[in-house]
Amino acid sequence: MLPFIVLAPLAASIVAGFGWRYISERGAQYLTTAILFLACLLSWIVFLTFDGHTQIIPLMRWIDSGSFEAQWSIRLDRLTTIMLVVVTTVSSLVHLYSIGYMEHDENWKEHEHYKARFFAYLSFFTFAMLALVTANNLVQLFFGWEGVGVASYLLIGFYYRKPSANAAAMKAFIVNRVGDFGFALGIFAIFYLTDSVNFDVIFPQAQIMGQTQLHFLWRDWNAADVIGVLLFIGAAGKSAQLFLHTWLPDAMEGPTPVSALIHAATMVTAGVFLVCRMSPIYEYAPAAAMLVLVIGATTAFFAATVGLVQNDIKRVIAYSTCSQLGYMFAAAGAGVYSAAMFHLMTHAFFKALLFLCAGSVITAMHHEQDMRAYGGLRKKIPFTFWMMVIGTLAITGTGLPFVGDWLFGVPLGFAGFDSKDAIIEGVWGADGAGYAFWMLVIAAAFTAFYSWRLIFMTFFGAPKGDRHAHDHAKESPLVMLIPLGILGLGATFAGMIWYNSFFGNHADMAKFFHLPHHVETSIAASHGGSAPTVASDDAPGAKLAESTGQAEANVPGIGAIFVRDENHAIDNAHAAPVWVKLSPFIAMLLGTLAAYIMYIRSPALPGRLAEANRPLYLFLLNKWYFDEIYDAVLVKPTLAVGRFLWRWGDGVVIDGTIDGLATRVVPYLTGLAKRLQSGYIYTYAFTMVIGITLLVTWMTLTGGAR
Amino acid sequence: MDNLLSIITFIPSVAALVLAVFLRGDDEAAQRNAKYVALLATGASFIISLFVLAGFDPSNTGFQFMENYRWIIGLHYKMGIDGISISFVLLTTFLMPLVILACWNVTYRVKEYMMAFLILETLMLGVFMSLDLVLFYLFFEGCLIPMFLIIGVWGGENRVYAAFKFFLYTFGGSIFMLVAIIAIYKTTGTTDMAGSVNGNGLLTHRFSYQTIDVLGMPIKGGLQTLLWIGFFISFAVKMPLWPLHTWLPAAHVEAPTAGSVVLAAVLLKMADYGFLRFTLPMFPVGTQILGPIAMGLAVVAIIYTSLVALVQQDMKKVIAYSSVAHMAFVLVGIFSATQQGIEGGIMLVIAHGFVSAGLFLCVGVIYDRMHTRDIAAFGGLVNRMPVYALVFMFFTLANVGLPGTANFIGEFLILVGAFQVNTWVAMFATTAIILSAAYALWLYRRVVFGDLIKESLKGIKDLDLREKLIFAPLIALTLLFGVYPSLVTDLVGPSVADLVNDVTAAQAAYDPAALTAPMQH
Repeated sequence: MLPFIVLAPLAASIVAGFGWRYISERGAQYLTTAILFLACLLSWIVFLTFDGHTQIIPLMRWIDSGSFEAQWSIRLDRLTTIMLVVVTTVSSLVHLYSIGYMEHDENWKEHEHYKARFFAYLSFFTFAMLALVTANNLVQLFFGWEGVGVASYLLIGFYYRKPSANAAAMKAFIVNRVGDFGFALGIFAIFYLTDSVNFDVIFPQAQIMGQTQLHFLWRDWNAADVIGVLLFIGAAGKSAQLFLHTWLPDAMEGPTPVSALIHAATMVTAGVFLVCRMSPIYEYAPAAAMLVLVIGATTAFFAATVGLVQNDIKRVIAYSTCSQLGYMFAAAGAGVYSAAMFHLMTHAFFKALLFLCAGSVITAMHHEQDMRAYGGLRKKIPFTFWMMVIGTLAITGTGLPFVGDWLFGVPLGFAGFDSKDAIIEGVWGADGAGYAFWMLVIAAAFTAFYSWRLIFMTFFGAPKGDRHAHDHAKESPLVMLIPLGILGLGATFAGMIWYNSFFGNHADMAKFFHLPHHVETSIAASHGGSAPTVASDDAPGAKLAESTGQAEANVPGIGAIFVRDENHAIDNAHAAPVWVKLSPFIAMLLGTLAAYIMYIRSPALPGRLAEANRPLYLFLLNKWYFDEIYDAVLVKPTLAVGRFLWRWGDGVVIDGTIDGLATRVVPYLTGLAKRLQSGYIYTYAFTMVIGITLLVTWMTLTGGAR
Repeated sequence: MDNLLSIITFIPSVAALVLAVFLRGDDEAAQRNAKYVALLATGASFIISLFVLAGFDPSNTGFQFMENYRWIIGLHYKMGIDGISISFVLLTTFLMPLVILACWNVTYRVKEYMMAFLILETLMLGVFMSLDLVLFYLFFEGCLIPMFLIIGVWGGENRVYAAFKFFLYTFGGSIFMLVAIIAIYKTTGTTDMAGSVNGNGLLTHRFSYQTIDVLGMPIKGGLQTLLWIGFFISFAVKMPLWPLHTWLPAAHVEAPTAGSVVLAAVLLKMADYGFLRFTLPMFPVGTQILGPIAMGLAVVAIIYTSLVALVQQDMKKVIAYSSVAHMAFVLVGIFSATQQGIEGGIMLVIAHGFVSAGLFLCVGVIYDRMHTRDIAAFGGLVNRMPVYALVFMFFTLANVGLPGTANFIGEFLILVGAFQVNTWVAMFATTAIILSAAYALWLYRRVVFGDLIKESLKGIKDLDLREKLIFAPLIALTLLFGVYPSLVTDLVGPSVADLVNDVTAAQAAYDPAALTAPMQH
């Protein structure tokens, strides 16, 4: 069943991409969509029936070089099953939605075929993403990682006639490669230390890595920290975290379903998945984890500030994605991996919903994306409106604090309410995370502001912009609305359904993730304090062998995630004071209120505020000038150096010096060129033969050893 | 069949001889005949090489299919293959029929053109099979002549300059190797690599590494270092290694498409083969002392040429500079002297053979149609050439080392090997994954993407059947080796393991401190 889930989308992609002439474009669309729904159904069966025990299903040999061994295989554990349902659910719905969305694309002429190609790319992406999340070794993970990168590149540049789309596609790929640079080095370092790239071999050695010094570049570092930082560089590239985030907003050049699937729900969360997957290493890499926490929290804040002032509907959601990914990283960096995965899951539902709703709005408005040309659309496209409101309620974290906990032991609210509050409380519970906590709380207020601002600008007020577009705005076809409805259900209930599994008490979480019981005292008591977290001088191998034999010992690699006995973030979070638990809620209320005042009550206020704080406004509008700075500091100098090396290095220095002699000789030889076809070469051949003859003769005369 | 290797090697030359003697005239029929003879000969050579593959025992790390004849005065015609050489041999025999197919549209002096390629194949195969230094040198040097002619006679506008530059550089480089060979002969009294019955070949000979004085300067590693330098200069030019690389872009730009393909896909690999066959096993201590410098140069080459590739205006130059960078990658792998590094190096040799061939053929396709290599003359080709766009995209992505292609396996293993030896080298070499993406995608975008607005391109035709037939096997094997690289690593693994063990043992004898384990397992 699992191999089918992973490989069927690949097969569908190949058939749709190469065989659509035989099955028609319509056939290619139906085939890929049907396969994805089947994969989705199977994934849910796997997810719901999974007992928590890690299984490894080998598929085929892959790389085998000395001790370097990586197989094509499927690792089934809780993290995999979560990602399986997230990926296949969103992907199948996006496939379905795209049948409607891509029906009459104005970027193509009447007779042109583009639909089969689009669906082939979507399915190929899904395959690569599934290969990523099911990997049992870092190299297969990297395969999927780069595979989704290519799919993303192809889909961002799907409208290949648009220069802006081509530029955005290239930018996405290259910026991601900067991240991959770190990721790859991380893999090399892991192999160097553990002699393996397979998770089941790496994880049990995590603790030893945490105690090993690795000489990397100019000095010795803590090995786990180096690896943690390098892997995080990769994760930051893929998940658009600060400094490597610039490609994500530009990626909105792609068709909107692509933004929903790749640049919101799945691919960009791969970085979060990577950090959670490598939780054993981050648990022993405090400095690296702190970096993840700080960058994540800062990104959450930064992206939210930029989102406040953007006018392109897709860009607002793009920055929102960037910001929400920051939340997930903050959780992972704080050691609350389950909360990161929780938010990853709920975010997939509500963010895909928001993007697909935006797509519906854009289609209704004849491909206008500027929200300043919207207004008053709630009567024209009511279903889209209500779905988008659900998405907004979810992302802003709307719910009723304490009521649900008291009534049924689960916070009562939309999906984001449960998962985002889990993150904020979890971060509060971690050590040394005061900065991150406040960043996230402020970002929560901004999130509410920009999300409601989007709703108010789009659906409320008087129609603005092109009258014609407004007059003809109509609801999207059913094939696009059904996915909205399903995602709407997820955005509403996903949080409450899985709250206890991801962020509940020990027993629930242990069952869900197959964690050894997180009970410090019992391990210490029953094994006389010889739990592997205690550093000792024993031979590490022997100690590991001993401890893995004890089923309940908390060693890395048994469950899907690993939480050290010293990590009390979740316990602290559950015991957090009332003001901590209320703070995201209050922030949300403040943000919503501000949006209401500025965009419903007194619509002139935003303009006046922007005028009064013009430098700040421009700073935010221009996204903190990252693009401009990178262009001036990195892109232009790189090209200049390239030109310099070519003209001056190759041209003047090398050719000038080495050819110094030749510059005199070559023209002379060129003069001989006329003789080239008339025997000059035979002169050379003849000379060589004579030379060899002399050599042989000399050898025979002097040596003659035989 | 004791002489399979010689048969593979000399079938093309015999065909060339047949053409020279029996083919008369230069009309269309004669030209066609010449091409068919060449295709037949290279095809036969390839098929027989598959028999060699079938009969080859990878677990035997010695030389197989050995042939040994007494030749002129005291010299031996000695051929044989092991796991390392067989991959180079198969790469050559596999590519040559495609190369012949790639020159199907040539009309100028077709007979001579075919003869040049046929003779070149014999010489290249000889390089990868000879087990005698003088024989090797003959084949190695001999390759210059047909290649010189291919560039100089059938090349572009500036062909004469390029041909002489190619010739002078490589010829100048090999003089150093010649001197080293003479020195070897003088000290050991033999040029036999594998030895006769009692294993007295050069591969097992321990060259002295006592420090010696040359002109008052103490040379660490003594004779080994000096000999290492002699071979290295020759191979570094051939590879080519920065800063000796400028002949390659010139040669590639002027060479006809098929010439570029042979040059990039096979001829450059003679240097990599040389490092593996001679430098590493014969001079392990020399490698230990000077290998880091070679790797340093390679790292400079990778970054330098990638940056230069970024700003080129000529399609072929982009790919030529990319070739230089990839060859430097191979060198890093080989001189890491680790199992992964060397296997990755061989893998990249093969992968680059397919992919650089594919890329040069991609340039050739549109050069044939538009007679220009200027990037600015193109744009929007995808609108009229969807199949071409797909093929070019495939090779572009393979060239940037996308997982799933053989190039990824090669580059990744090389870097895995390099990291074990020197993290600086690994770190700088890894920047290539960023830079290669930049220049390759930038080239692709300018040529293929965008709207097709140039009037001259409005009538351009997509790939025809012959072109598809050339590309198909290249794509298939690049993917196959990317998904199932064990086909290659199983073949070369034992021989490489043997080589690594020998080198490590010899280096440990010289400097035991060099071997330390990173972390106790």
